[in-house]
Amino acid sequence: MSEPRLDESVLMSLKEVMEDEYPLLLETFLCDSQERIRLLQQAIANEDAPAVRNAAHSFKGSCSNMGAALLAGFCKQLEEAGRTAQLAQAPALLSAIEAEFAAVRELMQAPH
Amino acid sequence: MSEACTVLIAEDNAADRLLLSTIVSKQGHRVLVAGNGAEAVELFQQERPQLVLMDALMPVMDGFEATRQIKQLAGDELVPVIFLTSLSETEALVRALDAGGDDFLSKPYNKVILQAKLGAMLRMRALHSTVLQQRDLIVKHNEHLLTEQRVAKAVFDRIAHAGCLHAPNIRYLQSPFALFNGDLLLAAFTPSGGMNIFLGDFTGHGLPAAVGAMPLAEVFYGMTAKGFSIADVLREMNQKLKRILPVGVFCCATLLHLNLHQRVLEVWNGGLPAGVLRRKRDGTQHALISRNLPLGIVEAERFNDHCEVFAIEEGDRILLWSDGVPECSNVQGEMFGEERLRELIAASRHENLYDSVRDGLQAFSGEQQDDMSLVEIAVVDEASLPRQSMPVSGSTKQSPLDWSASFDFRASTLQAFNPLPFLMQWLLEVQELRPLAGTLHTILTEVFSNALEHGVLGLDSALKADANGFAAYYHERQQRLEQLKEGWVRLSFDHRPDQQGGALTIRVSDSGGGIPQHVLQMNTPSTPFSGRGLRLLHELADQCWREEGDGSLNIRVRWQHE
Repeated sequence: MSEPRLDESVLMSLKEVMEDEYPLLLETFLCDSQERIRLLQQAIANEDAPAVRNAAHSFKGSCSNMGAALLAGFCKQLEEAGRTAQLAQAPALLSAIEAEFAAVRELMQAPH
Repeated sequence: MSEACTVLIAEDNAADRLLLSTIVSKQGHRVLVAGNGAEAVELFQQERPQLVLMDALMPVMDGFEATRQIKQLAGDELVPVIFLTSLSETEALVRALDAGGDDFLSKPYNKVILQAKLGAMLRMRALHSTVLQQRDLIVKHNEHLLTEQRVAKAVFDRIAHAGCLHAPNIRYLQSPFALFNGDLLLAAFTPSGGMNIFLGDFTGHGLPAAVGAMPLAEVFYGMTAKGFSIADVLREMNQKLKRILPVGVFCCATLLHLNLHQRVLEVWNGGLPAGVLRRKRDGTQHALISRNLPLGIVEAERFNDHCEVFAIEEGDRILLWSDGVPECSNVQGEMFGEERLRELIAASRHENLYDSVRDGLQAFSGEQQDDMSLVEIAVVDEASLPRQSMPVSGSTKQSPLDWSASFDFRASTLQAFNPLPFLMQWLLEVQELRPLAGTLHTILTEVFSNALEHGVLGLDSALKADANGFAAYYHERQQRLEQLKEGWVRLSFDHRPDQQGGALTIRVSDSGGGIPQHVLQMNTPSTPFSGRGLRLLHELADQCWREEGDGSLNIRVRWQHE
């Protein structure tokens, strides 16, 4: 994969915009992402394709805002699976998202 | 940097919401946040933000529906909605535009692009609200203008109502607001039972075209009621307009005097389309051509008040119109035109002249247009018209009842001066004579023109037997008057009170030896002019006799106490 796990330039500009509230932004993102993953798990378990699509779409948006390009890429694939209602690959994609998110969280929580 | 305003952010993702609101508030705007579409609509109603950033997919109510509702709530006001969605999602893009979205912003958010878009949208919003303000201002101005026109029209109607446009022999077509297109139509009875009709067309439109109408109407009604000739009325109108109107504003006009007991039509036309006099007897037509400059252009000394004179008979019709008639156009923008109008007039039956022209115009243009005036005057028997009586003044002023006076009018005065209005004004100081004003004016007109034309100028009324002779008579009259070196007309008045009321005796003599005895005795209607006039005197006066000594004519009119 050529996509970086975390785009440093995006994070730089986020720091610049958020200033003191940068840690709050990271915390909000991490917290919100866990909620998204929970929604995705539920939607896939229920085989609810539109719900998969919406949750993946929303998650994709915030990932791209936070510079988590690789994670955004997995979300996009899952969103597409939801849009076309072909959920066969969904559990595998969800596993990839969970693993990638764990890695991103570690990076974000590491002291700078 | 655009002016600070309130921005509503509707986004269900907390991190994105935090990021966006931080960027927007750092640009100096107040931020409201909503987590779904329903919240967004509610916040919009409460806070009326100026701009909305709207995520497309949200729980409870999505961004498309929320946008539709917000746009509806905003009404006339422009509230830009920027959708937070990627431009690569074609389907969402179309739905966003359908819902009323104005722009898009894709993730990841870029501070600079967001700022530029906010700025552009707020400028557009400002422009839109300027347009709205100006629209409202124009509406207000227009209402104001219409109110002013209504007021001006009400004032004008009060002046114009002194007239007799409602007389049974007049028919006309004119929009109630024609005044503001510069068209002016006036009609009034003369004291001797004739009629003056004025059709004018001021240059320009709106209030500037209407202001000149007021003084014209006052001059017209005031002088007509006092019995001034139309030449006098025209001179006064011209002078007044010349004095008050700015250069380049003037009034094209036709003024008619219909003398119903002498059956004479006097016409003056300055700049108006040539009207038509149509004979009932044989359907022949005379064009009432413009031979003068419009009113309000030339100096008093150069003003030509010369009128054309036509003999008329009962049933003859006169049709006048303003430029708006030939210039009216149909839906294709084609003009009605002078030629079409003349053909229409020529082809119409005599009794239907007015109706044919009016119907022809309406069939052509499809609707009544505001800026045209059309008027038809029929020559009728004087007795069929309501006779105007002079209002008795309410004052308890004492009338002069016992007096006599005598006036001599000599050559140079006879050339340039019509003494009748002044004599009338003096006579009507006797309040009790006011109900007889019409009778007195008719008598004075008759005896004065008789003394002037036959006694002083030596004209032979036998000339007036036919239409050609008629024109020749008036031509000759004018020539002889211009060359007049000597001669005089004497008018003496004697008023005395008596047991029943009072009596006014009018005595007329002239340098030509007065009225011949045989003329006074001729009482038959077959004699063309004098016979008719003198028969009238016998009808109107209580007594009428010739003094053998100087050939003077004496007329006595009595009045009685109520």
